[in-house]
Amino acid sequence: MTQLAPRKPWKASRADLIPVIGALILAVVASFAVVAFTPMKGKIAYALLFFIFGAGFQMALKYRDYGRRAAIDSLAGSVAISGAVLAFTPVLSLLLTAIVKGFKGLSFGFFVHDMSVANYQSPLNQGGVFPAIVGTLYLIILATAMSLPLAILTALYLTEIKGKAAGFIQFLVQAMSGIPSIVAGVFIYSALLLTTSLRGSTIMGALALAILMIPTVTRTAQEVLLLVPQDLREAGQALGATQWKTVATIVVPAARNGLITAVILGIARIAGETAPLLFTIGVSNRVNWNPFVGGQASLPIYIWGGLGDGSQTGIDRAWSAILVLLIIVLTLFVIARVFGTRKVKTK
Amino acid sequence: MAKGRAFVRRAYLHVSFTFCSPFTRLPVADSGEDPQVSSTLIERAIPEKRELTTKPRPSDVAFRATLNVMSYSSLLILTIIGGFLAFRGFGAFKHNGLGFITNVDWNSSSGDGNGPYGMAAMLTGTLMISAVALLIGVPISVLTALFLTYYAPEGLKKSLVTVVDLMASFPSILYGLWGFIVLAPMATYWAKLVYKYLHWIPVFNVPGPAFERSPFLAGIVLAIMIIPIVTSVSREIFAQTPLERIQAAYALGATKWGMIRAVVLPFGASGVVGGAMLGLGRALGETVAVYSVLNIVFKINWQVLYGFGGNVASMIVLKFGEASFNEKKALLAAGFVLFVMTLLVNMIANTVVQRAVKSGK
Repeated sequence: MTQLAPRKPWKASRADLIPVIGALILAVVASFAVVAFTPMKGKIAYALLFFIFGAGFQMALKYRDYGRRAAIDSLAGSVAISGAVLAFTPVLSLLLTAIVKGFKGLSFGFFVHDMSVANYQSPLNQGGVFPAIVGTLYLIILATAMSLPLAILTALYLTEIKGKAAGFIQFLVQAMSGIPSIVAGVFIYSALLLTTSLRGSTIMGALALAILMIPTVTRTAQEVLLLVPQDLREAGQALGATQWKTVATIVVPAARNGLITAVILGIARIAGETAPLLFTIGVSNRVNWNPFVGGQASLPIYIWGGLGDGSQTGIDRAWSAILVLLIIVLTLFVIARVFGTRKVKTK
Repeated sequence: MAKGRAFVRRAYLHVSFTFCSPFTRLPVADSGEDPQVSSTLIERAIPEKRELTTKPRPSDVAFRATLNVMSYSSLLILTIIGGFLAFRGFGAFKHNGLGFITNVDWNSSSGDGNGPYGMAAMLTGTLMISAVALLIGVPISVLTALFLTYYAPEGLKKSLVTVVDLMASFPSILYGLWGFIVLAPMATYWAKLVYKYLHWIPVFNVPGPAFERSPFLAGIVLAIMIIPIVTSVSREIFAQTPLERIQAAYALGATKWGMIRAVVLPFGASGVVGGAMLGLGRALGETVAVYSVLNIVFKINWQVLYGFGGNVASMIVLKFGEASFNEKKALLAAGFVLFVMTLLVNMIANTVVQRAVKSGK
């Protein structure tokens, strides 16, 4: 008995692809020709003409073979593809620019020096982001310590207790995730700094960041807790455990990886926030190990300073610092992905 | 039989290790057939009759009470934020009255620092930049969502969805710096092109040749920043389109586009609207990126291509550094207005999205 190979009649065969690729090549040639022989110039002209010719040739092919509706269908496909290209081009540009422009300022010294003897206009081999990295780590640790209990407990309330107020709380958490970051900053300023003798310090910045971190962590944690099978909770209670025991020894361990993802996503959300820090952490050009007194440096503020300085070295420093920040955020993102793919242990 | 009982006992022992709650720790009572257990032990082991009750244990009472209290933290935080900003800004509201919203000028050089302060220029600027961002960002996002759901091959789709998430986690200052260095020259060129061909439309007309640092540029930067959120909300809704309707459309002979137009778009419309509003919420409050690329001037400017504009959030950053005590209070009042605006937009958006998601289930 011979095994029949599965047939996929809807898949495009090689014979179908030849006219498509031919039309695309023709479109490239045609757009170059038009740019060469008419006054239209520039990248926009190339892109626009390539789109018109590419979509047009495809439409003509479809029209010849299948008629008007197929031609419209082909046009819609081309438009959708161009939309996606438009959406993803900036990502590519952002990453490439950050890497290319940031890389030349990176050196060992950039990571270990502070700015006490250098300023933004000094040559790139002087001064660095060591205090800014320390400050950012401080901010992340403090903000996480403050927001984590609130966020996880709120998520547990929403999934485990599901009390009368659950819908309302859910609504508030979502509303909170839309607070502009600057509002968190001016709020901490108005509540704690405006009329008191306190000055900007790491803890103030961390308070502002914690406000932004809570909704992110809550929402992700809630999603993860909802994925824990209801059977596990019922099994725990059927065996005589109290609800507290069930949650502490079954539900939370089962969702552990997902909860770690939630925290990491929260950290990624706040690591690059600039606006709240402008009002709350003061300034420092050297390492300040005390998070409660005195200004603190941080990567976003360092970048902000470089951009505000406006000199060529200032901008270069900003790019290098943003590359460092981007590496931190991307690493967190990848870690979150790795943990997130093993979201819930059901065994 | 015997095997089954042994299993039960093992299960009990296991539970007693796991939970240590008082009554599970008792030895198993009914092992009459088991010769290893002496009869005296059995007598001692028979537990007293337990009273059945639904009353929660003290640990549960404490647990539930903690969660109940903690869950209100979000309400508390939102109230305190609104309360403090309104309280600090009260002076400015009282001093300027309705003029705080309708006046154009922000006069920080008056003697007593009491203004007059008005946000009209910044509010209209905020709305205009957000409108540009939505007009550019939403169509691109919807097309991307359609591409990801119905056109992209499976492998590509997964990695592109990750890229969309990644884009959402870029720090806003990266968008600002990139917008200032990379996008600004291009956007200036595009603005000139738009002016050249469309200057007969009043919005695209400009009084003088100043195309740099315009609301148009800020709008493009914001459009790029809202693409990830609008795309992921739209994609989620599109992916929930009932399969039987899709198959019904195909069975009736629809092309892919015919199916999308007849089934997916009507089904996902409210979700797209909600996603766009979430994007609007983000665009209204964006600070750093807008501040980096926009030339902030306290004048109402309706001409998108003309090189000045405003935005409430970046105005606060601009003025805060050198503000007197009273002006700071006025800026906090502006912060309150921004807070209320974004909160309202977000609440409406979330309600719309939630309805859309529910209708899909």
